[in-house]
Amino acid sequence: MSAARLKAISEHLQALAPSVLELTDESHLHAGHAGAASGGGHFRLLIVSEQFRGLAVLARHRRVYESLAAMIPQEIHALSIEALTPEQAQR
Amino acid sequence: MSQTDTIERIKTHLAAAPVVLFMKGTPDFPQCGFSAQTVAALKQCGAQFAHINIFEDPELREAIKGYSNWPTFPQLYVNGELIGGCDIALQMFHSGELKTLLGEVGAVG
Repeated sequence: MSAARLKAISEHLQALAPSVLELTDESHLHAGHAGAASGGGHFRLLIVSEQFRGLAVLARHRRVYESLAAMIPQEIHALSIEALTPEQAQR
Repeated sequence: MSQTDTIERIKTHLAAAPVVLFMKGTPDFPQCGFSAQTVAALKQCGAQFAHINIFEDPELREAIKGYSNWPTFPQLYVNGELIGGCDIALQMFHSGELKTLLGEVGAVG
């Protein structure tokens, strides 16, 4: 189930044309807590995209959430986001 | 209770204090790791903040996601503006921006 979910998240995020996309399933770290009971997963995301240029962090996170709207909250309970431009990612 | 009333309730909460945190649980008993980390960052800054436990108000919990265009919790507001969730609050805490911002709105000390 986890692999299919990771694949689905990655596919949704292609809308942002990422040059780097690193997605980690951290659901096991949260097993047993109230949110985990709903079945939604906890994920950590590093995404690099030209589309983040000129956007504040808040706006970048909104773009990510908008791309994944169909999966929140049923499949994605929590998402930790690092959203960078290509220049920021090189540093 | 109409949706308009719920939005009014959100606005009343936001107007009640310069720093408002919509969270899962309470500062003393957070029910989510991300809410707990955000509370810890605010406390480290020495900030006074109001909190709303979204588990106690299911209508507000749904309505604020549309109000703020932000689908997850916690949600941190300063002077009625969404600052972000846990990631952004922690990044701003580590860079020092959070304490500066909280100081500017009179929420520290």
